[in-house]
Amino acid sequence: MTTELIIAVIITVVGASTPILIAALGELVVERAGVLNLGVEGMMLVGAITGFVIVFTTGNHYLAIALAAAAGVATSLIFGFLTLSLSANQTATGLALTIFGTGFSALAGQGFSARPVTLLGPLFPGLAGDPVWRVIFGYSALVYFALFMVLAIWWFLKKTRAGLILRAVGENDLSAHSIGYSVIGVRYMAVMFGGAMAGIAGACFPLLLTPQWADGMTAGRGWIAVALVVFASWRPLRLLVGAYLFGLVMTTELYAKAGGGPLSAIPSELWAALPYLATIVVLVLISIRRDASTNAPACLGKPFVPSN
Amino acid sequence: MPHRLELTGITKRFPGVLANDNVTFAVKPGEIHALLGENGAGKSTLVKMIYGIMQPDAGEIRWDGRPVVVANPKAARRLGIGMVFQHFSLFEALTVLENIALGMDSKIPARELEARIRAVMTQYGLLLDPHRTVATLSVGERQRIEIVRALLLEPKLLIMDEPTSVLTPQEVEQLFEVLRKLAAEGCSILYISHKLYEIKALCDTATILRGGKLVDTCDPRQETSRTMAEKMIGAGLRDIVRSQGRSLGQAKLVVSRLSTPKSGHFDVPVDDVSFTVREGEIFGIAGVAGNGQNALLDALSGETRSSDSAAITLGGYPLGLLDTTGRRKRGLCAVPEERNGHAAVGDFTLADNSVLTARDRLHMVVMGLINSGAAKTYTGRVIAEFAVKALGPASTAGSLSGGNLQKFIMGREILQKPSVLVVSQPTWGVDAGAAAAIHQALVDLAAAGSAIVVISQDLDELRTLCDTLAVINLGRLSAAKPVGEVSVEEIGLLMGGVHGTEARDAIPA
Amino acid sequence: MQFRLERRPEPSRVMIYATPVAAVLLTMVVGAVLFSLIGFDGLGAVREIFLTPLTNSFKWQDLGVKAAPLIIIGVGLSISYRANVWNIGAEGQYIVGGLAATWVALATYGMTGWWILPAMLVAGVAGGAAYAAIPALLKTRLGVNEILTSLMLTYASVQLIYYLVRAPWKDPMGMGFPQTRIFSEAARLPTIIPTTIVHLGVPIAIVVALVAWFIMSRSVFGYRMRVVGAAPHAARYGGFSENKTIWLALLVSGGLAGMAGMLEVAGPFQRMVPGFPTGYGFTAIIVAFLGRLNPLGVIFAGIVMAITFVGGEVAQTTIGLSSSAAGVFQAMMLFFLLAGDLLVRYRIKRVQPQTAGVTP
Repeated sequence: MTTELIIAVIITVVGASTPILIAALGELVVERAGVLNLGVEGMMLVGAITGFVIVFTTGNHYLAIALAAAAGVATSLIFGFLTLSLSANQTATGLALTIFGTGFSALAGQGFSARPVTLLGPLFPGLAGDPVWRVIFGYSALVYFALFMVLAIWWFLKKTRAGLILRAVGENDLSAHSIGYSVIGVRYMAVMFGGAMAGIAGACFPLLLTPQWADGMTAGRGWIAVALVVFASWRPLRLLVGAYLFGLVMTTELYAKAGGGPLSAIPSELWAALPYLATIVVLVLISIRRDASTNAPACLGKPFVPSN
Repeated sequence: MPHRLELTGITKRFPGVLANDNVTFAVKPGEIHALLGENGAGKSTLVKMIYGIMQPDAGEIRWDGRPVVVANPKAARRLGIGMVFQHFSLFEALTVLENIALGMDSKIPARELEARIRAVMTQYGLLLDPHRTVATLSVGERQRIEIVRALLLEPKLLIMDEPTSVLTPQEVEQLFEVLRKLAAEGCSILYISHKLYEIKALCDTATILRGGKLVDTCDPRQETSRTMAEKMIGAGLRDIVRSQGRSLGQAKLVVSRLSTPKSGHFDVPVDDVSFTVREGEIFGIAGVAGNGQNALLDALSGETRSSDSAAITLGGYPLGLLDTTGRRKRGLCAVPEERNGHAAVGDFTLADNSVLTARDRLHMVVMGLINSGAAKTYTGRVIAEFAVKALGPASTAGSLSGGNLQKFIMGREILQKPSVLVVSQPTWGVDAGAAAAIHQALVDLAAAGSAIVVISQDLDELRTLCDTLAVINLGRLSAAKPVGEVSVEEIGLLMGGVHGTEARDAIPA
Repeated sequence: MQFRLERRPEPSRVMIYATPVAAVLLTMVVGAVLFSLIGFDGLGAVREIFLTPLTNSFKWQDLGVKAAPLIIIGVGLSISYRANVWNIGAEGQYIVGGLAATWVALATYGMTGWWILPAMLVAGVAGGAAYAAIPALLKTRLGVNEILTSLMLTYASVQLIYYLVRAPWKDPMGMGFPQTRIFSEAARLPTIIPTTIVHLGVPIAIVVALVAWFIMSRSVFGYRMRVVGAAPHAARYGGFSENKTIWLALLVSGGLAGMAGMLEVAGPFQRMVPGFPTGYGFTAIIVAFLGRLNPLGVIFAGIVMAITFVGGEVAQTTIGLSSSAAGVFQAMMLFFLLAGDLLVRYRIKRVQPQTAGVTP
């Protein structure tokens, strides 16, 4: 393999991984607070259509990202209200949110298909000329944002008092309540953060990967993000590794085809199915490693009902 | 000197219940004051109002002579009131230090907090490594975290809610030392319990509640356990009626070298346990919570199956490989500790709950279909014979009070006439009347020739109920002895893990 | 004046049945307002999506044909969800069931005989059940979350259709279209009402729901599903193994989804095409919830969902609204239903402001 091919592979992998990483980081914080929001895919689609429409009408990518985040927050509040304020079943509500996001984004995107927009360019265009430099400086702001958030969330959970409280709420909601912390309040913040991240992750699709709108364009990446959180056993740094591994799997077809040889004879449908099958394989591998599940927040997915 | 805490006419009403009715008493500085009463007497409600978790409907709270409103626990802590709850509010996956930090109202830098924690620990002999994860600690050690957390705030009144229910007698003695030391330094202690001997050993004053009303404030050292118990329970105590001149029959349940695999991180498996229960015998298993009792019950009931067919035999028939259904068909029934969600399904009707365990022994299933008429009839019988307060077989289990649900569950098993019955904590959280009824039913079942195993943390219960006693510690069972031949001290040492001859030697003559 | 939630001693029977109806009505009202607010013809959308399919008798046959697969899959999911087994890959099991039936139809191409349709049905059920067996195996052996695996398998099964109709099963006379040939007569589902498109699958759906209702309410199998879902610990104590229950739940729900796949491919489609996955498997999730996880309720919920499906198509042609609007309405219905669940377990009480001894 030539250096140029390697560089091209790295750049594609990093790009393809970024939305999954951002969405999974949000879900990780949500789950650490004890909430299982399976609506990531739905929130991403709402973020994707919002980001697309804004960039299509204004041409401003950063405004598109900001409003996609806001749209994600708004969508997550539906989930938050139902599960936190009304103690609805989290699994069912998460599914409903995904169905909603799919329908809503398709409705809002009516008439926008096959209308191109421009992709978000590299953050440091001046430094991206040399191919080797490009591996470090050749990405858009979203990629650096994702990397920054990995560290920021790690630091938040590990080092700050707010992070400690968030973990406490996810570990034992009744105790946190009895000490005097607002379990519902903390969980609302977490769910909204997850919504913002999912919204941004959705916006990555039209802004970073495919410069147009297509119904359901996130193609299950939100679900893969949920799976990745399990894979990473709720740790941000492992999430980074997992997301990049997935990026590699998702882009294999490109270089297998480019490389020629026996790999290029594999039908493209199998390549398209690969990320989903890989998710299953990853879940299997992680479950064989016994200690993984014991790291799950103890209150994950259980509704909190204060006793008095 | 004014009273540290003074309550006047405190009243609290819940829908359908008067939890506290015009309660008036006072606690002096440095006094260890017992709050004594049955489950449901209103002790918890009262202290929740003192600690600001609830507000009284009427009455006045005075603190150091001044009337105060305790708006919330934070306000209580600011006044100098600390509380150690019966159910610890700890986070298993976090460290001791993180747990204590979470409980502090003001933000203290981790290093400074650690230094203060170490200081308090040395001062009162409450030793613990601040960096250990709570999940790895024993129950006694967890209680120390709660106490340290309360002491860091330098309280003037410390409320202890049923602190000894999870401790060995030796750990209880250590706790009492800490409390006496605190009292000597001027801190008042409000000690909630229903254990009379503890109150006689520790407290200066006792306030007794019954049905939400204050019955008496007395000096426990001037009272006998019997007089205090009568004040607490009301009507004269009923004794269990045993038939005279009973003799134990053949060996019925034989457990030999039973072990269970370690399933979770924090649970204690059964380790090489052997014992024999004869026809008509009530076999008691004492022990501090979390020493493998749940694993033992699951292994006996069949929820966890053994890999060795002969590890459990009933009348010579090997049961080890069978599941709960198979064992029930052979005559072994069991009642786990947790009522709602384990022994019964809260959302189901009582009749459906009868189907849960009685469907095979009482032929409630015909060709895969449930005969709901048979289930209703049987449930009606259980309700009638065990005086379960329920509207009928169609009431949901979750709508029953704890005591009534327990009576239903015990009745459901006992009326199946099992030849072996294994029960865990049969009277946990049950009022005295229901407890007496359950005890009587167990004695009657034994008198009819069944072999019974009672797993309990309540030594008083075991000593009045059982013929034979053994102690479980870290999943291992001590040798069984007739109940008349073991002293409380010996049981206490066994509960703390001191075994065999060691235990006898350790008791000062 | 303040309101407070108070736990009911027993779940309210009235609310269990009233909340789904209220959810549908609220969706119509709130939907009309919201759609108007964001610039659509809100009243028109509600009228076309919820009412036209009922008032226009030409649409009734469509309702039956759309409701049948929703009911069959919804019944299976309601059984599975009762046991707290979250099979959300019914769409994938529906696809594989359809593919298995297609395989039989292609293998018997040109043959005649009454046995071909039953053989397709068996293949469809077996295919769906086999596809659901993968999450069952992974869940019971390794504890892998069935939500994620069943869903990932759905995405993979879509690719499987694309592959099969593009290469090995492609109609040689199909002018290059990626689709199989039209099944021969013996492999096509007969219509039961002449001159309509109402096929045999419609009465089958009703029968499936009635049988499931009887089994769930009367049999030990139904009891097992309910007790494992309500209290897994108690179920183990009662002698119901959780693993066996997970297997049963997934096999039954997968098998029924596969059955629906067979009926669809042999009925309305009569050949396998890339557009075979129409989202019935996902909509059936809403059907199961709206039907209160009760097979009889699922019949009505299936019809309601079919109305929105047919109505979505109507709205597209009459007022130019994207058919995805129906999806938004369906999701809203589920939101309202989940919110209404609170009223089953709690009642709202008015409390007088307290006066004694309380400071804020």
